[in-house]
Amino acid sequence: MHGRPRKAPTPEEQEAFSVKASKLRSLQSQFLQFHHAKIYTKEALDVSAKLLESNPEYYTAWNYRKLAVQHNLNLPEVDNNEESVKSILDEELRLVENALKRNFKSYGAWHHRKWVLSKGHSSTDKELLLLGKFQKADSRNFHAWNYRRFVTTLKNIPNEKELEYTTNMIYDNFSNYSAWHNRSVLLSHLLKEKAKGYSPKDNVFTEEYEFVRHALFTDPDDQSGWFYHLWLLDQTVKLETLLVSSWPPHGSYLSLSVDGSFGDCSLSPFTSLQTNTRTLPLILYFSEAVENICSSTVVIECENIASNELVWRSLSGDGAGSAQAWLTYLNFPEEHAHSEKAYQVKVSLVCSQGNFSSTGVHHGDSSHIEFSVSVPPRRSEHVDLKNEGKISWSDESFCSHDTQFLESVLVNLFHLERTKIDETVVDYQWNITTINNEISHCRELLSTMNCKIGKLTLARLLMAHDTLMSNAGTSLRNVSHHAEVLQLYDDLKKMDPAHLHYYQDEYSIVLLKQIISNQELLLKHCRKYRDPSFPRINNFCMRLNNLSLSRIGSMEQLLWVQVLDLSHNQLKTLEGLEVMQLLSCLNVSYNKLCSFTALEPLKLLRSLKALDISYNEIGAHSIDTRRYLCSSPLNHRSGGDWKTEESEMHCAEVAGYWEAYAIFKDLNLIQLDVIGNAVSDKKIKSLLIKLLPSLKWLDGESCR
Amino acid sequence: MGELQVEKHTKYILAVEKRKDDFESVVMEHLRLNGAYWGLTTLDILGKLDAVDQDEVISWVMQCQHEAGGFGGNIGHDPHMLYTLSAIQVLALFDKLHVLDVDKVSSYIAGLQNEDGSFSGDMWGEVDTRFSYIAICSLALLRQLDKIDVGKAVKYIVSCKNVDGGFGCTPGAESHAGQIFCCVGALAITGSLHHVDKDLLGWWLCERQVKSGGLNGRPEKLPDVCYSWWVLSSLIMIDRVHWIDKEKLAKFILDCQDTEKGGISDRPDDAVDVFHTYFGVAGLSLLEYSGLKPIDPAYALPVSVVNKVILPCRP
Repeated sequence: MHGRPRKAPTPEEQEAFSVKASKLRSLQSQFLQFHHAKIYTKEALDVSAKLLESNPEYYTAWNYRKLAVQHNLNLPEVDNNEESVKSILDEELRLVENALKRNFKSYGAWHHRKWVLSKGHSSTDKELLLLGKFQKADSRNFHAWNYRRFVTTLKNIPNEKELEYTTNMIYDNFSNYSAWHNRSVLLSHLLKEKAKGYSPKDNVFTEEYEFVRHALFTDPDDQSGWFYHLWLLDQTVKLETLLVSSWPPHGSYLSLSVDGSFGDCSLSPFTSLQTNTRTLPLILYFSEAVENICSSTVVIECENIASNELVWRSLSGDGAGSAQAWLTYLNFPEEHAHSEKAYQVKVSLVCSQGNFSSTGVHHGDSSHIEFSVSVPPRRSEHVDLKNEGKISWSDESFCSHDTQFLESVLVNLFHLERTKIDETVVDYQWNITTINNEISHCRELLSTMNCKIGKLTLARLLMAHDTLMSNAGTSLRNVSHHAEVLQLYDDLKKMDPAHLHYYQDEYSIVLLKQIISNQELLLKHCRKYRDPSFPRINNFCMRLNNLSLSRIGSMEQLLWVQVLDLSHNQLKTLEGLEVMQLLSCLNVSYNKLCSFTALEPLKLLRSLKALDISYNEIGAHSIDTRRYLCSSPLNHRSGGDWKTEESEMHCAEVAGYWEAYAIFKDLNLIQLDVIGNAVSDKKIKSLLIKLLPSLKWLDGESCR
Repeated sequence: MGELQVEKHTKYILAVEKRKDDFESVVMEHLRLNGAYWGLTTLDILGKLDAVDQDEVISWVMQCQHEAGGFGGNIGHDPHMLYTLSAIQVLALFDKLHVLDVDKVSSYIAGLQNEDGSFSGDMWGEVDTRFSYIAICSLALLRQLDKIDVGKAVKYIVSCKNVDGGFGCTPGAESHAGQIFCCVGALAITGSLHHVDKDLLGWWLCERQVKSGGLNGRPEKLPDVCYSWWVLSSLIMIDRVHWIDKEKLAKFILDCQDTEKGGISDRPDDAVDVFHTYFGVAGLSLLEYSGLKPIDPAYALPVSVVNKVILPCRP
């Protein structure tokens, strides 16, 4: 029982309970008899009222009251007599009030009141007074707040007036999260309507920042104001949807090798790409999830490519219609196959307001990227794919690149960032000033006390500052706050160990940002694969192993990577990898992947050939935290093919390992390592060999 | 920290099931079907469902069905979504969904969908995202989701999303962990979790853990064992459960046991009830407490039961 002490009742109490129980029992049975016999006399109504006054949760009695009201309003003596109608309904309002005094949280009672008022015969004048009394007694009761929104709509009370009410409630008690919440709802409406005094939103937000600062400085350990502050921060940073990167990148000159003809695989991954077909993946990466990317919103100008026939698909791990990254394939025709042919490709976004953005944020008028692709002549002899070896991830397999070469490659990466905005007209001045202002207030607060959420907020503000600066086109090379933010998260891990893994996840994302935005750091992670007998991959490898990463990010900067080593980290999820469409070899061994369902993002990687998931925790947990983030019949997103394909496999074989089935049936792996997981027994191995017809190496051994 | 008192909780639940005349039972009479679901699911997680007379339970459940197709909280009470889901869940526990007139029950549920995609709890029109969850969960268990407009149902739930990443009972209503479970659960079952801002909501949810290790349901409120379910299941569905201290939470739940008479309460040393006993045990199952059957975070039934009903292949 909520909030009731655990103790055996005294004999007197026992006796009293027993009397109450038998009284209530007899009321209940009398009531049910009347209800089933559809009797709505005064005596019957009295029984139901008594029952509800002692137990407002007895929902059937509220239903009965409604039936009774309908019945009695239709009686000939009542028929449209305003006085009688009012008296019948007033009786209901009185009963609700009594019931609420007994139990303020009774859903049935509150709904009954709404039902009566919706009939339109009762005065609503009393309602706000009544609410005032209730809300004073319990200012966080969400039933009362919901009812308040109902009444203010019914009475057409302007949002401005209700906003004032929240101001008063907050001044009464800064810790009133319910009031802060309602404030965010009302303010969102006012800003959306551009109500008088609420546009431009800059001034409004400046005032709100000041208002919430009172609360934060009064009691920095209270969460209520901080959540509101986070919303303000979010509103200050989210300005527009931007195209942040692409593959191929803007301004690049790319050579396709259709048949492995490069021979030398030590070319920059930015200038050469080996493919089996004359097909090039084109990826657009946005600053936030967007919808509606299709041939009518993206125009491709390129000789021999019919822009309007291109099919775009969202690259989202959860298969949604909105995603940050979108993919299409450009097919270069055979007709020019007798000689090398260079194609100029121009990609433009046709933007009308609200076209892409899932949040309705306005974005720039138009953006475009341009690159060129050189497609070689077709050759008669083909490289024999059958002799392909296996990749080894040992440290000895890698060596460093020539520094000059590396620098020339990485220029492309840093070039990406500089070209990401085209013709944008958003003025960031107010936003940057505001964030700077908040940063200094936050520092001031932290100088006087050690406050957990204050520290976290400072970390968020600093990252927001960096994002704004880079969106505004300012280079961050020397002024980024990464080091300070990493230090803050380190402090937080010690200060608030209960949320250690939250801070570690945030830390990981910032760490990757730091590495990828700093040429010197990045150089250390770019390695060369030694083995020259591995002609099918580019030997340019990104090694992000041994970094304690629990999460990955900065994917927009990694679209070009073909060989990636993420081993010896603490990854529980591969979310984000789905955008790496060029990825051919991936090592995620020695991480914390807990289930096959955690591999879902890999399903979208058509070019993935070698995968190492050995020494994780797959099969070691009874609760699968990726169960609903992967498509399956459980969430009705198996793509409809589950039933037909299921017959292809022996049912009993699949049943125990439906997760493995769901993931691997879509992959085209040649090499796979699963050893060192709780699940890796003979049965799963034979299932994997069946599911992956192209597989040659399983756990280092030839399997064909 | 004590161990989980499996035998005592089993005894406690079986005793509550038999008791009908004390004050508590009389006050709870109108939601006895919910009580049956809480008690029986707990027994199943504890591996003790065999202690119950199946036939007796099923015959009683079926007597709670109203001619309209929905179930009341007890025999003779009006039909309502709240009890219809419990009835379906109890039948699923016993692998007895086939005793239902599936068409009739699912038509009752589908008939309560409103024009805007929301659901009413019954014919009297109270709208709440709790009922969206119930409709979606029930129809998924009955394999009848195509009876409703799922797109509209999802759209309505998304319209109840707040700036803190959480969800309320209607558009504009404050986020509440119980309501968040309903909305996230419904989105999970319909494959629509991309509508959830997982990092924002995950942080809000993990901040529900207070110093004692327990979880509250809204900022600046007291912890309560029932949120071990509402918060934890939501965190699992969006894969952010590692953001809380699981050990401290398990300790909090175990501290709320009545180690003498069995049962679990909202907070240490409060009076126990079936509701909190269920949420405590289910919470421990989500925390992978040893010896307990794993429970599914969306359907709120043992994983083995859900897999049997939903997955096409039976092991």
